Amino acid sequence: MKISGAEIIIESLKQEKIECMFGYPGGVVIPIFHHLFDAPFKFILSRHEQGAVHAADGYARASGKVGVVLATSGPGATNLVTGIATAYMDSIPLVVFTGQVSREMIGNDAFQEVDITGITRPITKHNYLVQDIQDLARIIKEAFHIASTGRPGPVVIDVPVDISKSMYKFSYPDTVSIRGYKPVTSGHPIQIERACKLIESAERPVVYAGGGVVISNASDELREFIRKTGIPITTTLLGLGIYPETDPLSLEMLGMHGTYYANHAVNQSDLLIAIGARFDDRVTGKISEFIPEAKVIHIDIDPASVSKNVMVDVPIVGDCKQVLSEINKVIRPPKIDRWLETVAGLKRDNPLTYEMSERGDIKPQYVVEQIYKQTGGDAIICTEVGQNQMWAAQFYKYTRPRTFISSGGLGTMGYGLPAAIGAQLAVPGKRVFDIAGDGSIQMNIQELIVATQHRLPIIIAILNNGFLGMVRQWQQLFFDRRYSHTCLAFAPDFEKLAVAYGAVGITVKKLEEVIPAIDRALSITDRPIIIDFHVSKEENVYPMVPAGKSIKETIMRELA
Amino acid sequence: MSQHVISVKVENKSGVLARVAGLFSARGYNIDSLTVSTTELEDISIMTIVVKGDDRVLEQVKKQLNKLIDVIKVSDHIGATSIQRELALVKVSAVPSKRSEIFQLVEIFRAEIADISAKTMTLGVKGSPEKVDNFIELLRPYGIKELLRTGRISLSNQ
Ligand SMILES: Cc1ncc(C[n+]2csc(CCOP(=O)(O)OP(=O)(O)O)c2C)c(N)n1
Repeated sequence: MKISGAEIIIESLKQEKIECMFGYPGGVVIPIFHHLFDAPFKFILSRHEQGAVHAADGYARASGKVGVVLATSGPGATNLVTGIATAYMDSIPLVVFTGQVSREMIGNDAFQEVDITGITRPITKHNYLVQDIQDLARIIKEAFHIASTGRPGPVVIDVPVDISKSMYKFSYPDTVSIRGYKPVTSGHPIQIERACKLIESAERPVVYAGGGVVISNASDELREFIRKTGIPITTTLLGLGIYPETDPLSLEMLGMHGTYYANHAVNQSDLLIAIGARFDDRVTGKISEFIPEAKVIHIDIDPASVSKNVMVDVPIVGDCKQVLSEINKVIRPPKIDRWLETVAGLKRDNPLTYEMSERGDIKPQYVVEQIYKQTGGDAIICTEVGQNQMWAAQFYKYTRPRTFISSGGLGTMGYGLPAAIGAQLAVPGKRVFDIAGDGSIQMNIQELIVATQHRLPIIIAILNNGFLGMVRQWQQLFFDRRYSHTCLAFAPDFEKLAVAYGAVGITVKKLEEVIPAIDRALSITDRPIIIDFHVSKEENVYPMVPAGKSIKETIMRELA
Repeated sequence: MSQHVISVKVENKSGVLARVAGLFSARGYNIDSLTVSTTELEDISIMTIVVKGDDRVLEQVKKQLNKLIDVIKVSDHIGATSIQRELALVKVSAVPSKRSEIFQLVEIFRAEIADISAKTMTLGVKGSPEKVDNFIELLRPYGIKELLRTGRISLSNQ
């Protein structure tokens, strides 16, 4: 029996057992929408295609499954670009369908035609323009495989409308065979042995773990490794939660706004064990002065990440989970009692703090801390980008993977709200926050209505400082306090805006209102809530490694 | 900066050339020569890319090439381990009094006289890139009017 290309897409998605799809309709995808009408999975209609792709990304990060998106050709497809790039930078598995004009029109500047495979080539793991309906099912099967294996990433499938309309027999392949794509998953035994020797004889080792541990679901193996070796551990922004930050061996986050003790411990180490992390410049600071005395072991599934920024002594290309469980079978603890004392001293003497204001202003860090306390640390925290993101990373203590969801590599403002929608759909039983800035939240505020429509009780905590705070901080510190175009004095009334969208709006201007506002938001379970926290205007994020400086030059507060 | 001859075995599909070229252009690298051709297997093509660049950056480019789904194999062919050939067409000024000298060069290099006119000769030469370079250098004094090279192909002899 023959079915249409549109039906082949729906049937293939059924075979992939997807739970939901995010997207937005338009001319050339009407045939697909026609069959989505009675599909057995949910379809979440965003209000802007960027919202759809970020929501699919948030869904993927919270669930570990592939996020699926559908948008129309032309502007629908170009509206996806920022979201695809966001997912690409953070290695998030997405399968993104775009409509395309019919094959005979391609290249004619047809209405709503863009070369989306060309546009997304450098920001996708792979992409396809379907040229023959015979290939459609195989391409979808391959796309899910490529998106979710190896180092994951977004895959775009561009489907010309005449393919959606033409007829072909459906059979979904059981297996995938791509001769140029065979990701290595198990580490080389000799390298593993060399790594164990280095670890066992190290005097000042530190583990530096990142998003790769989240992706490979290796948090348990990582915890066992730390339990067996007693080595202190710091994580990247995307690694938050893979090791409990409440544990004494946790040094929390490292890097530009990492803790003093993480940065100094890494700087003094004689062995850095990098696991599923890629030595991003926001982590290493000035690269020529990074880890002057350390040997490096690097476990990563992506060979191109190894020895890219930092030369590695023992590279282990493989899946973090598999490699760690091999190591855990044989590893013996190093003798590092003195080092542990040094590290404990660093931690004791340079804690992560902020000063409460004498005037009773609400400090943004205080708000994040209270969110942590009132939720018992059991929420999923999504963030926007800027100071809000850094405070959310610093002052909430993450203890489980997939509970901190943030655009790391691309730093995309406007990510948090749609990502929170995706996360809440993935994990209906948990409270989901979007910790936001007054700038970022306005970038995708239209998605609020999606949360209302689906009765998602997301709590949007705006740390409203009246500024594009992170940029203002740089202007203050490095550009003579010239606050050129970073003041957001003209802002909407967020409480009224919430109400207009069918959400609950709460404005908080006094310190003593902070906790009751959070509690009230937590008591609401059938609609989204915006809490507009009016916080100190010129608070800065510390610690900070100034751009271009070494991580040992971490500064703790304003220099007088 | 050193020269690399990168041989990339790829799926013979549309869009692959753009992906491969994109990895160089994104880093601001200018490709000195590029050839694409089919092989003994009709669904496989080989691209031979000659490029100058920092060794570490090119190491990274090779890893990135390997990550492309349509790339089957990447190898760097350095002189001794491979057979490299190139073809050039050169149009030189050749007034009658200079022709016999040019004929001699053609002889020595086993080149070919592809065309001849009152004032010019067009010569074809094939061989190793060094041989082609030498031939061109020796023709320079006569006045080169047009010059084209195919870019090299390279076969590993390992
Ligand atoms: C889409 C986008 N545009 C611009 C930037 C640059 N940028 C980084 S942080 C920031 C300010 C963010 O302001 P706000 O959302 O109010 O957060 P705050 O830093 O005040 O917490 C800007 C403009 C960005 N990261 N993303």
